[in-house]
Amino acid sequence: MKRFLQHSILLIIILTSHLSLCQVVEVCNNCKISSLKDAISKARDFDTIVVKKGTYKEHSIIVDKPLTIIGENHPVIDGELKGEIITIVSDYVIVDGLHIINVGTSYTEDYAAIRVKRTKHFEIKNLILEKLFFGIYLEKAEDGKVYNNKVIGQAVEEHNSGNAIQLWYSKKIDIQNNNVQHVRDGIYLEFSDDCLIKNNVSANNLRYGLHFMFSNNDIYEDNEFTNNGAGVAVMFSKKIKMLNNVFKENWGTASYGMLLKEINDAEIKGNTFEKNTIGINIEGSNRINYMNNNFINNGWAIKVRGACYSNKFIGNNFLYNSFDISYNSNINDNTFDKNYWSNYTGYDLDKNGIGDVPYRPVKLFSYIVNRTPETIILLRSLFIDIIDFSEKVSPVFTPDNLMDNHPLIKKITW
Amino acid sequence: MVSIQNLHKKFGKNNVLSGVNLDIKEGGIFAVLGPNGSGKTTLIKSVLGMVIPDKGTISVLGKSIKNSSNYRNKIDYLPQIANFPSNLKVKELIKMIKDLRSFTNHDDDLITHFKLEPFLDKKLGNLSGGTKQKVNLVLTFMFDSPLIILDEPTSGLDPISLLRLKDLIQSEKAKGKTILITSHIMSFVEEISDEIVFLLEGQIYFKGTINELKTKTGQSDFEHAIASILTNNHA
Amino acid sequence: MLKILKYSFYDLMRSRWSYVYFAFYLLLSVVLLFLNSDLSKAVITLMNVIIVLVPLIGTIFGVMYYYNSKEFTELLLAQPLKRSSIFLGQYLGVALSLSMSLVLGLGLPFIFYGLFRSNAIWDFSLLIITGTFLTFIFTALAFNIALSNENKIKGFGFAILVWLFLAIIYDGLFLMSLIIFEDYPLDKLSLIGTMLNPIDLSRTLILLKLDISALLGYTGAVFKQFFGTNFGLIVSFIMLVLWVIFPVYRIVYKSKRKDF
Repeated sequence: MKRFLQHSILLIIILTSHLSLCQVVEVCNNCKISSLKDAISKARDFDTIVVKKGTYKEHSIIVDKPLTIIGENHPVIDGELKGEIITIVSDYVIVDGLHIINVGTSYTEDYAAIRVKRTKHFEIKNLILEKLFFGIYLEKAEDGKVYNNKVIGQAVEEHNSGNAIQLWYSKKIDIQNNNVQHVRDGIYLEFSDDCLIKNNVSANNLRYGLHFMFSNNDIYEDNEFTNNGAGVAVMFSKKIKMLNNVFKENWGTASYGMLLKEINDAEIKGNTFEKNTIGINIEGSNRINYMNNNFINNGWAIKVRGACYSNKFIGNNFLYNSFDISYNSNINDNTFDKNYWSNYTGYDLDKNGIGDVPYRPVKLFSYIVNRTPETIILLRSLFIDIIDFSEKVSPVFTPDNLMDNHPLIKKITW
Repeated sequence: MVSIQNLHKKFGKNNVLSGVNLDIKEGGIFAVLGPNGSGKTTLIKSVLGMVIPDKGTISVLGKSIKNSSNYRNKIDYLPQIANFPSNLKVKELIKMIKDLRSFTNHDDDLITHFKLEPFLDKKLGNLSGGTKQKVNLVLTFMFDSPLIILDEPTSGLDPISLLRLKDLIQSEKAKGKTILITSHIMSFVEEISDEIVFLLEGQIYFKGTINELKTKTGQSDFEHAIASILTNNHA
Repeated sequence: MLKILKYSFYDLMRSRWSYVYFAFYLLLSVVLLFLNSDLSKAVITLMNVIIVLVPLIGTIFGVMYYYNSKEFTELLLAQPLKRSSIFLGQYLGVALSLSMSLVLGLGLPFIFYGLFRSNAIWDFSLLIITGTFLTFIFTALAFNIALSNENKIKGFGFAILVWLFLAIIYDGLFLMSLIIFEDYPLDKLSLIGTMLNPIDLSRTLILLKLDISALLGYTGAVFKQFFGTNFGLIVSFIMLVLWVIFPVYRIVYKSKRKDF
C-alpha cells in the first residue's frame, strides 16, 4: 500500500509536471540561452525548445530527455564539419524545422546530421539538411515518423558519401513526403521491418534511390525515383509491397529502375517504369506478383537472370521497350498472361479484345545481346528482324513455353 | 576543219580503231562508210568527245578537243537513235536544247519545214519513230554551226521527209558548212556526198570522191564498188 | 549543271514514279499516324521503313533512270556541256526529286497531325535528314553501278545485290564477327563496322535519339562516350557526308573516262 502510494505520488508529479510545468525555452543568438546545447541542459522533460532564426555553430548535441525542439524560420545549426550534430537518445523527442548543415565526414564513423539511437516515439520533420555525410540515421529505433524533410547532399564518390535517410535494425518507421537528392542512397533500410515509405521523391543519387537489405514486411508506395545511379535495389527481403511508384530515367551501364535480388513473396503493383536502361532486373526472386505496371520506353522492360520461379506477370502494359523480356536461359517457370504488348503484331478476329495468336516477349536478339553486349549496335536492323522472326517461328535459344497466351489488343487503363 | 591523227580505240579485246588518220577540209559533204562494226560510229563519237580515244589526237577547228566541251558549240550532231525523255513535250524539248546551248530562231522554220506543228504539244513518248527522227533533225539543224555530223539521218523517214532532208543538207552545204554523214543507204550517199571515207577493220581503206572509188575498184556502179571492196577483203 | 538538274528534276517530277513514291509515303505515314495515334511509335516504324526502303528505291530508281535516259544523255553529250555537269545534274535531279517525294510524303501528314506542337519533331527531322542522306547515297551508288555496267540486266542485278548486301548481309556478317570475337574488346570494331555501312550508320543515328542511347550505356565506356555526346552525332554526320561525296566523286571520275 505504501509502495502504491509512493508510485501514485510519483505518477502525479510526473503528470502535473508534464501538464502544468511544461515550459517553453527560447534560444536565440542574443538571448540568455544562446545555444541549443545549453537549452537542452536547462530544459526539463517534455519542455519545448524554440530556436529562433539565426546561425548556431554547434555539434555533438545530445538530446537525452523527451523534448520538442522547434526551429522558427529554419534556424541554421552549423556543425562546422566537426562530426555528428544531433544525437537523440531519449524517447518522445520531436525535432521540427531546423536547417542543419556541415556534418563531419569520417571513414571510421558514420556521422549524421541527426541520429536516433535506441529510442521510440520520435518525430523528425520539416528539416532541411545540407552539406552532409549521413542525413537522418535511425539506429535500432522504433515507432518513429520522418516527415517532410529535405535532404540535399553533394555526393561525388560512393566511398566517401553517406545516405540521406538510413534505417538500421529499426521497426515501424513511417517515412513520408521527404525529398532526398545528391547523396549515396536516398533511403536505405537494413534489417528494418514493418516500415512505410510513402510519397517521397528520391532523385539524382549516386547509387540507389531506395535500398532494402534484409528487411521484411515493408511497404513503399507513391514514391518517385528519378535519375539515380543504379535505381532502386530491393535485396534479400521478404513480403515487400511496392505500389504505385514511379521509376524514371535510370540510365547507364549497371542501371535499372528496380533491382530485385533474392526477394520472395512480394507484390509489385501499379508502378511505372519509364526510360530506364533496364526496367526491372530480377535475380533469384520467387512468387512475386507483377500486376498493372507500366513499362514505357525502357531498354529492357524486364531482365530475368538466374533462378526465378513462380512469378506472375499479369495485366501489365509493355510500351515501346527495345526489349520486353530478356532471359539468360531457355527454361521458364513464370507466368505471363493478359498483358498489353505494344510490339504485338497479332490480330483479334473474334473481337474479344484478346489477340488470337500468343505473344512471345523474348526475342532471339535479346539473347544475343546478353551474350555479346556490343551487338546492341545492330538493334532494329533488318537482319535482326529476320532472325528474330525465325526464332519466333521455331524457338531454339529462347524458352519455348514463355508466351502470353492472351495478349491484349488495347492498352490497359486503370 | 577536223583533223585526226593516229587514232586508236579498243573496246575490251575488240580493236575498233587502229591508227586512223583523217583530215576533213572545210566545206562539203563527207560520208563515212564501212561495214557493220568497222568503227564509223566510234570515229564520229570520238570527234564528238563521247568516246575517249586510247591513243591519238583529234582537233576540231584547229584546237585539240581533249578535256574540252566548248568546241561542241561549233558542231551539230544527229544521233543514230532518237529516244528522248518521254515525259517531255516536243515544244519543251526544243526549248530545253535551246536553253542548254544558245539562242536560235531557226527552229520555227525547221518545224514548218518538217510539218511538225501538230505534234508540238504531244509528249515525246507518244510519237512514232519517224516523227521522233524529225524532231531529232530539228534539234540538229536549228543551230547554225559550221560542222554538222549526221549519224544515219534517213532512218525512219518517209519519202517526202527524206526529200526535205536532202534539200536541207544541200542548203547547209551551200552556206559553206562541213557535213559529216554515216549511212547505210548507198543511193543517198551517192546522191549527196562530195567525198567518201571508207573504214575497214579500224583503218581508213579509202578516202576520195565516188568517181575515184569507182576507178579504183573498176566498177561502174557505186554499190558494186563498195561490195567489191568487201568481197576482196573478206574472201 | 543547274540546267540539267532543272530538266531532270522536272522530268522526274512529272513521271508517274515520283507520284507513286510520294503516294506510298503519304499513305504510309497517314496509316501509321491515324491507326497508331502515337507519334513516337510511328517514328520508330517509319525508321524501319526508311532504312530499308529508301536505299532500295534510291538504287532501283537511280539505275532505272540512268538506263532509261541513256539516249537523252547521248543527246546531251553532243551538246557543249561538260560531262561532269551532265551526270551530276542528272544525279542531283533524281536524288532531289526522290528526296522531295520522301520529305513531302512523310512530312505533310505529320504536319497535319500536329508535329510542330509535339516534341517528336526532332526525332522526325532526324528521320527526314537521314532519309535524304540515304537517298543521295544510294542514288549515287546506283549511278556508279549503271556507269560501270553497260548491260541493263547486269546493272539492275548488281544494284539489287548492293542493296541486299548493305541492308541485310552486311549486318549478318557484322553480327557473326562480333560473336566470333566476343572475347576481345569489341566496341571500336563495332563502331567502325557501323561507320562503314550507310544503312547501319543511319539506323544508329536515328536510334540514338530514340531508344538505343539507353542501351548503349550498357555496353561500355567507348560507346557511351561516342554516342552519349555530340561527338558521335558529328562523326556520324561527317561519315554520311563522306558516303555522299565518294560515290559522287566516282561518278565524275568514271563519267570522264567512259565511252558512249
